[in-house]
Amino acid sequence: MSPHDVWEAFNDPNLDGPGQLATHVRLSLIALAAATAAGVALGVAAAKLGGRWTAFMVVSVSNLGRTVPTFALMALVVALTSIGERPALAGLVLLGIPPVLLNAYTAVRGVDPAVTDAARGMGFTRLGVLTRVEIPLSLPLVFAGIRISAIQIVATAVLAAAVGAGGLGVLILAGLANSDDAVLLAGAVPTALLAVGTGLVLGLAQWLLTPRGLRPRTTSHTLAPHRTAPRPPEKDTP
Amino acid sequence: MPGTPATDAPPPGDVRAGTLELRGVTKRYGPTLAVDDLSLTVPAGKVCVLIGPSGCGKTTALRMINRLIEPTAGEILIDGTDVRRRPAARLRREIGYVIQQVGLLPHLTVAQNVATVPRLLGWAKARVGPRVDELLALVGLPPGDYARRYPAELSGGQQQRVGLARALAGDPPLMLMDEPFSAVDPITRERLQTDFLRLHRAVPKTVVFVSHDIDEAVKMADVIAVMRAGRLVQFAPPAELLADPADEFVADFVGADRALKGLALTRLEDLDLPPAPTVRRGEAGGDVRDRVASGTLVPIGGAVLATGDDGHPLRWVPVAAIGDRVEATPGRTEPLLSPVTTLRDALSALFEAGASHGVVVDGAGRAVAVADVATIGGGLAAPAEKAGDA
Amino acid sequence: MPEIRWDWLQRHADDIQIMTVQHLEITGLSMALALAVALPVAVAVRNRRVPFAVAAGVADVLYTIPSLALFALLLPYTDIGRTPAVIGLAAYALSMIVRNTVVGLRGVPAVVRDAAVGQGLTPRQVLVRVELPLALPAIMTGVRLATVSTVGIATVAAFVGGGGLGELIWDKGIQREMFLTPILAGTVLTTALAIALDALLAGAQWLLTPWARRGRT
Repeated sequence: MSPHDVWEAFNDPNLDGPGQLATHVRLSLIALAAATAAGVALGVAAAKLGGRWTAFMVVSVSNLGRTVPTFALMALVVALTSIGERPALAGLVLLGIPPVLLNAYTAVRGVDPAVTDAARGMGFTRLGVLTRVEIPLSLPLVFAGIRISAIQIVATAVLAAAVGAGGLGVLILAGLANSDDAVLLAGAVPTALLAVGTGLVLGLAQWLLTPRGLRPRTTSHTLAPHRTAPRPPEKDTP
Repeated sequence: MPGTPATDAPPPGDVRAGTLELRGVTKRYGPTLAVDDLSLTVPAGKVCVLIGPSGCGKTTALRMINRLIEPTAGEILIDGTDVRRRPAARLRREIGYVIQQVGLLPHLTVAQNVATVPRLLGWAKARVGPRVDELLALVGLPPGDYARRYPAELSGGQQQRVGLARALAGDPPLMLMDEPFSAVDPITRERLQTDFLRLHRAVPKTVVFVSHDIDEAVKMADVIAVMRAGRLVQFAPPAELLADPADEFVADFVGADRALKGLALTRLEDLDLPPAPTVRRGEAGGDVRDRVASGTLVPIGGAVLATGDDGHPLRWVPVAAIGDRVEATPGRTEPLLSPVTTLRDALSALFEAGASHGVVVDGAGRAVAVADVATIGGGLAAPAEKAGDA
Repeated sequence: MPEIRWDWLQRHADDIQIMTVQHLEITGLSMALALAVALPVAVAVRNRRVPFAVAAGVADVLYTIPSLALFALLLPYTDIGRTPAVIGLAAYALSMIVRNTVVGLRGVPAVVRDAAVGQGLTPRQVLVRVELPLALPAIMTGVRLATVSTVGIATVAAFVGGGGLGELIWDKGIQREMFLTPILAGTVLTTALAIALDALLAGAQWLLTPWARRGRT
């Protein structure tokens, strides 16, 4: 098996690699757009309008979204409806919402009241505070959520093939079924490249969107966005 | 928090204290000299305060002693042994180390924190436990209440007490303290300073103490090392430093009002004052001139002090103005000082009266001595030396 | 709306139990492998900018590659079965553990480290007795996140013959004309497993970090 064999397999008219790639990208984009719109709208609304109960619900739903396996979720949606592209899309949207929702909620809630207060004190209008302060400060975190969501959607779209929605997973499953490494890789390599590319592009966008003063030196994965590394003990000067 | 240590008694056994000597110690960072040719000796059991503005190299100097920073040149000796003769970690276990933010290990209890060095030194468990309790009691934290707490459960002052206990745990001959009391509020600081001094009297370790606070330095130090831009500007006991700053920088750093505070530590009776140049009213002018010629009577500014028969001062009389007899009507002799007047009050009285010298009178009002500005200033070293000999 | 076939679940209880145990084994092996690789790497790169960027970058790329594609990429080098699944899942978990460990180690206050060195702890003692214990909450956060993700993604192991609860969803469900009962059972069991393991690890963290739950009184 050589790179040439893989390339041949990818272009095999029966497998239609380019077509599956296009389907994969299309499914991912639609799902991401819908998940982003829903996640941001719900997150901002929850942050602006909700109280404690809302906060609890947001965190619980997001945590549940984290623990329910994406593959199982999509399989479940399809099993409850029908095989095909639409149910698969619905599954992808559903799993894409929690990261965006949680981050949008946290971002809007997290804007330091002192900062908005100071901005208003300097004479910004309400709209000015929103566009010049709150949105720029929230954007990096919202975008981080979109990135996590995108990576998950692209990854799970591979499994959409298993429920009849097409995409690059078709080649991987065909390769597995026939023990044909060339076909397997003709699906796996573009999938990997697509996912890594998505991660890089969105990561770069996130970095560019972050105001210079807020760029972190070391980032970590967190359970809840505001709980990170242990903080040094507070200084004891009263 | 508890007020004072539960006990002032020294721990059983001999207290170890070592002599510290720095010889030409230099630390260079690229082109800048953080510490430049620093030489000084701290006798065993004494407290040496390193003081100076920020960036003067005092902390760098301190951290070279336990090799947290390695000097570029020079040598550091503890009891005559170069610190570089031993592996750095082993050396540090024998040097107590106390820093401003304390740096207790937050995941260990108070007792475990204090036990750190004894355990590193390989002490038997049966020996570590009692030692920890003893030290906690010594720094005023009853072990029953505090041993099992975590650092986060203590106030800043209590944390620093634990820091002190931890530093003393291995019975080190030398303690390094880097602004140990500057992160707490003034009242706690005052209490910690006093308790530390008491503790030091009970357990007289050799201490090198970095501070930026001249009041603290005067209070704590047996000897003060003033540093500026990496160099040692003056190395002297507190009183001497206050009275006789080596240069304008030290004088500025010490500050005029601070000098006055230092002056409050000493009374006129502590000084070697010259006797008052007294002449009796009615004394023969020839006798007066003979006494001046023989040196038994030393006029001040060409004048002598005329007194009544009871020895009470009447007025200053120029020797040249004395004829056959000393004639004097009561006049200006202000200010009158007492042997128990503090130097600060004496100076204040002199300045108020616009006089260069004042008459010291005893309890009966008799003139016994004179005190002038120079004597008050120059005599400041005496009491510190006395304390040093004690 | 199709209904749940309880009789089917009863008949296959033994199979389901075996799959659940397999699922736990895959998860456990993957996490052990991930920790064995990630912790030494994190410790080695913790104080160096470029090596950390390289390690985190590689781990991030592995984290991004879809699990099925990652398993597939491994297949030419391993046999079908548990091996590609465990390696792939471990690779996926690396990023979370490496990043969180480094952040935890870097979060140790400089004064605490300084005081520890000043007491005479050797660099190794500082790492083992001070830095790692203090980084434990951050490390545990990474382990918890990675474990929950791994439990979920381990369902994909069924595609490469790795067994586990994915078999219930894929072999018994999807491949049998979308038979709902095993799919639902697989989903519920995996989710329950993820929540249970997360709670277990949270409990372990609570027990391991007594200092973190005692504040100033």
